[in-house]
Amino acid sequence: MINLTVNGKLHQVDVTPDTPLLYVLRNELQMNAAKFGCGMGQCGACTVIVGDRTVFSCLYPIASVGDRDVRTVEGLGTAESPGPLQQAFIDHQAVQCGYCIAGMIMRAQALLEEIAQPTEAQIRAHMNPNLCRCGTHMRILAAIRSAAASGRITPRQKVQGA
Amino acid sequence: MASMFSKRRIAGASAGIVVLGAILYFALAWHPAMAPVSQPDVPLTAGVVSQGQRIAELGDCVVCHTGPAGARYAGGLPLRTPFGTLYTTNITPDRETGIGNWSLQAFRRAMREGVARDGQLLYPAFPYIHYTHVTDDDLKALYAFLMTRGAVHAPARSNELLLPLRFRPMLAFWNLLYVHEGPRPSMGASPVERGRYLVEGLGHCSSCHTPLNLIGGEKGGDYLGGGEVDGWSAPPLDALLGAPQPWTQEQLVAYLSTGLATEHGAAAGPMRPVVENLSRVPREDVEAIAAYLFSIQNKAVHNAAAQPEASAALANHVSNGKTVFEAACATCHGSGSAMSAYEQRPPLALSSAFNGSSEHNAVLTVLQGLPWPSEPGVTTYMPAFADVLTDAQIADVVTYLRVSAAGRPAWPDVNKTVANLRKESSP
Amino acid sequence: MKLPDESVDESRRSFLRTGVLVVSFALFAPSRLFAKKDTLGTEILAPNLPGSLKSNPMLDAWIRIDAQGISVYSGKVELGTGVRTALWQIAADQLAVPLQAVHFVTADTGLTPNEGYTAGSHTMADGGTAIYNASAQVRKMLLDAAAKKLGTSAERLSLKDGTIVAQDGRTLTYAQAVEGINLHRYADPVSPPSDPARYRYIGKSIPRVDIPAKVTGGPAYVQDMRLPGMLHARVVRPPSRGAVLEEADIDGTRRMPGVVAVVRDGNYLAVAASSEWQAILAMRDLQQSAKWHPTRTWFTPDELHQVLKELPHQDFLDADQPMVVDATGPRVKATTTKQYLQHGSIGPSCAIAHLDGDTLTVWTHTQGVFPLRAGLAGMLDMPIEKVRCIHVEGAGCYGHNGADDAAADAALIAAHVPGRPVRVQWMRDQEQMWEPFGAAMVTELDASLDSSGRLANWRYELWSTAHNERITNPGRLMPTWLLAKPMVPAPSVPIPQPEGDADRNAIPPYRIPGLKVTMHFVTQMPFRTSAQRSLGAHVNVVAMESAMDEFAAAAGKDATDFRLQHLEDPRAKAVIALARDQFDWAARLRNLPRGSGVGFAFSRYKNIMGYCAVAMELHFDEETREVRFPHIVAVADCGQVVNPDGLRNQLEGGIVQSISWTLHEEVLFDKDGVKSVDWATYPILRFNQVPAVIETFLIDQPGDSFLGAAEIAQAPTAAALVNAMARATGVRSHRLPLMRYPPFAG
Ligand code: FES
Ligand code: FES
Repeated sequence: MINLTVNGKLHQVDVTPDTPLLYVLRNELQMNAAKFGCGMGQCGACTVIVGDRTVFSCLYPIASVGDRDVRTVEGLGTAESPGPLQQAFIDHQAVQCGYCIAGMIMRAQALLEEIAQPTEAQIRAHMNPNLCRCGTHMRILAAIRSAAASGRITPRQKVQGA
Repeated sequence: MASMFSKRRIAGASAGIVVLGAILYFALAWHPAMAPVSQPDVPLTAGVVSQGQRIAELGDCVVCHTGPAGARYAGGLPLRTPFGTLYTTNITPDRETGIGNWSLQAFRRAMREGVARDGQLLYPAFPYIHYTHVTDDDLKALYAFLMTRGAVHAPARSNELLLPLRFRPMLAFWNLLYVHEGPRPSMGASPVERGRYLVEGLGHCSSCHTPLNLIGGEKGGDYLGGGEVDGWSAPPLDALLGAPQPWTQEQLVAYLSTGLATEHGAAAGPMRPVVENLSRVPREDVEAIAAYLFSIQNKAVHNAAAQPEASAALANHVSNGKTVFEAACATCHGSGSAMSAYEQRPPLALSSAFNGSSEHNAVLTVLQGLPWPSEPGVTTYMPAFADVLTDAQIADVVTYLRVSAAGRPAWPDVNKTVANLRKESSP
Repeated sequence: MKLPDESVDESRRSFLRTGVLVVSFALFAPSRLFAKKDTLGTEILAPNLPGSLKSNPMLDAWIRIDAQGISVYSGKVELGTGVRTALWQIAADQLAVPLQAVHFVTADTGLTPNEGYTAGSHTMADGGTAIYNASAQVRKMLLDAAAKKLGTSAERLSLKDGTIVAQDGRTLTYAQAVEGINLHRYADPVSPPSDPARYRYIGKSIPRVDIPAKVTGGPAYVQDMRLPGMLHARVVRPPSRGAVLEEADIDGTRRMPGVVAVVRDGNYLAVAASSEWQAILAMRDLQQSAKWHPTRTWFTPDELHQVLKELPHQDFLDADQPMVVDATGPRVKATTTKQYLQHGSIGPSCAIAHLDGDTLTVWTHTQGVFPLRAGLAGMLDMPIEKVRCIHVEGAGCYGHNGADDAAADAALIAAHVPGRPVRVQWMRDQEQMWEPFGAAMVTELDASLDSSGRLANWRYELWSTAHNERITNPGRLMPTWLLAKPMVPAPSVPIPQPEGDADRNAIPPYRIPGLKVTMHFVTQMPFRTSAQRSLGAHVNVVAMESAMDEFAAAAGKDATDFRLQHLEDPRAKAVIALARDQFDWAARLRNLPRGSGVGFAFSRYKNIMGYCAVAMELHFDEETREVRFPHIVAVADCGQVVNPDGLRNQLEGGIVQSISWTLHEEVLFDKDGVKSVDWATYPILRFNQVPAVIETFLIDQPGDSFLGAAEIAQAPTAAALVNAMARATGVRSHRLPLMRYPPFAG
């Protein structure tokens, strides 16, 4: 059994230590946000935050998590009560197929917790690891800008990271 | 990565040298300022400019002369050296902060002697000791090319150097030792000659691939015998036949022009921008470089792999390493994976990083990954694992691959290396 | 049973609710007298009816009303273009009920009408039109029935939130009104009129219904389905097409933890395990032990376009107007080439299949549940009624990607583990290597102006393999090629004009007296190709609109004026004029910074659908070969707009995707086969490369027909890009992708 804290909640999972975090989230914990896109750290569909680092969960061994908190889109809000970034994505209808979007939101969340008012260049550079095939980029950028402008995202408290 | 291509090259100076230098520098260090020009004094024709672009790419100018997130050629890249941190300068044609009012003659003097237009001595992090061998024509083309870049106003940042070195005339002494002025224009004769010109001149390969002495000079006796840059080991270029799969000229050309040799691995760290530049120059230039390097293979073939020693601690490393490998690496690097089946990526058993004498390249590649290619001809990418794996996990996986894949004795103290390199390479 | 999202849950409940009744409602018309297939492969039963009513003429195929509420059925699927919401809007407005009152069900062979494929920007035109008309007719029937029941006339009744209200205040619910009337009847060719002024939803940017779940981690995709007892499967593919399996350690893999089955059937290999990670480890194990023997070699990308011209082909003469004599003005001759493209879905294909007794249920993100059902039934030799395909969303597909093939994998593996649902997830390399590619093409244009500077003669030829290898027989499902008894794909047949296949938009919309357009339809496919957004239009519009620019310059005319002078259709002209003005074409053209260029292009998709004009400014850095896009303007006329914001979203996405195709994308291959198996070997546009600004403008045509939108921006964007590069650099290149070939590549 491996202990795992996700969005503040402690779970015990029965998996081998070589299991990537992605499959633990999706199958053991039945969470949908992190997606399988490539399994090679190339697309960002599986992006989550572990401790204070934004990571590709598809190649993150469950054994690496330790006692750090894993954060996923599920932890930012719900359909009934969306968090600030989620709300901005809804307001801008920043989705086409939406497969990339949960990863986009987590990467953007990490940025806004670090830099409350990023420049356009900072946003683009920060989001660069994540791919979108539908071409939703313009709206994703707009959503991030307006979430930043809303000032509703709390700066990150520094946690002990790897 | 902190300083992308930091040249650790800089003159150091001990107290004794200071005294010697004091005597000499009046004689050596004084150079007149050259008159500013109101516009470039060579015709900026398209042909010359495009020739100049090729020279710039062969010389990797943009790599050092572009700061983090800064405009191209506008300088500002920190070069961390054992003697302090230098910032590269603006070589755009801005009149105030760049080289906009330099004449060709001033430019040539800087390239060949390390003297700026105003007479100030340049630090040898700028490899004029190699550029001094570039022909007049090539320098003229390079000048024309730089003068047609967009002018960017970017004042130089002041260097953070050890006290005695802030006094630039000191450099005169160093120059006396290392600058052997003048072009070596034997190019065109044969690919090997052309290659030698590119390797020794523009390419300034030995800046990284030759070991340095205490004052930051290249050890003449061990030319291209392998050096170290930013924690990476720059492998010896005269022992190419000692690899587990001896290099061939064809593999070397592929490596230099695409960043990938299917029997050795992918260009990483400071070599990556070099191959990105080389992917753009005419193929015959790269073939010439390879031809020349193959003409200097003089080292005895050294590669009999010693058997790894078995021990309980090692077995533990290896088994933890295998766990990490399955989770984080096997999708790409497992045998039978897509990468090995279709893309002809080398098995890690052959990889230079796991067969070399030092674990640095393996560790740094895991920590930093390989960036997304910026040239269409380059297709290698690897995510960075600094935020994914702990020091112990990296040490485990590196040890696992060293022992199980490459079949070589484990490197000692990899844990410590990982911790150090992580510290040095984090921003 | 745990189900992926509300919509599926709903459809499931509705399935249970309606039970056997489902089979009793007829989707077949009494007569097949007129039977003929439409371009999406469905049979035309009633050619005089609007939209998809042609193939599904019964009203109750679309709308059912009972005590439990109003259900609307669509055979179209959500592919990420927002059509689910748009179709829903149409139904709600035409039935005069709030959105929430409609229970909206999409593509399920057990429940919905057969609308063939969701493709080709047809959804609004066909499905939207069908729902628009069926709903209006049902509304009228309800009012008439209510009038009779209330002893009044229909004109004296009003509709309010799903209730019928008489002037004296008496009310009837729809369910009460519908009692005693039979919706199982043929639709009428003409529907009662609707007043656009009364729409609450049509024409409004109603937020998409699927977005909240997608941004909060709700179950939204087939990948998110978890059925009780479900196994996880992975396939192991040969390293190239035609490779033969020599040996594989099946037993070794079978002994791995969690492995339930290892399937080997000829060259077909797959594993099924209790957990997904175990399935992956088993897949790796099998990959490692499998030894393959290649049987084919390919040509190189350099030879591709010559090879295309030499392969066996059928010729189609799309236009043949005699050449005119006065063609003495400037002449343009140009060859345009395009490499193979990948759809490159961000989520690799996935499907779940469950063989329960003699019934197979497949959850799939296919674009066409009905054709897939037929293909799967044929593949497994099962009666078609014993196979049910239910659409559940996947990642965007942009055409015929691996979705159907993954469904075939799931069905094949499920047949080996009867009773257990099997989820197959393709890996990234499997998707990129085995999906059908967007076809490579070569075209040749030879055209001239007359002595007065007007278009005179236009000869255009093109060579391409098929753009439509949809599932018309089991052999079109790629996994069947690997079986011990391989199946054979049906021969390629092009989509006829006016929609066209490789020759989509090959006929210019401009007035040209002498015109000859020939398609050389290559019937032997070196690499499997099938539908990718815009089909041949991408290349054909590049060739055409580039020539229009050259001719404009030669005739001393402005690029937009020259186009306007050769067009009559006022809607085409309006789109061009608005794009020109919103972009501030003349001023931008005058003030171009060094290295910058502006480009303009227009096309009407398939010459019969949405109109789109694109104007863009770009900057090309000769040294870094980076292309930046400071400003792009797109104008579209897609008839009556249902959801303006959804339409803009599609235009923006199409522009970004087309820039990526046109500048960077090509499938790498060599004599051993495909080499583009991940995002490093098949790079697509990233955040640091996307435009700074994209502005979109819509010309609405209330009351007019719906014209689709999902593919209209791709072709004009590519052409505007080629034209802008020509202005920025002084060099015109038609070798796509531009940045990988001279003169723009190193
Ligand atoms: S799925 Fe993890 S980066 Fe693509
Ligand atoms: S919205 Fe479809 S991949 Fe981004």
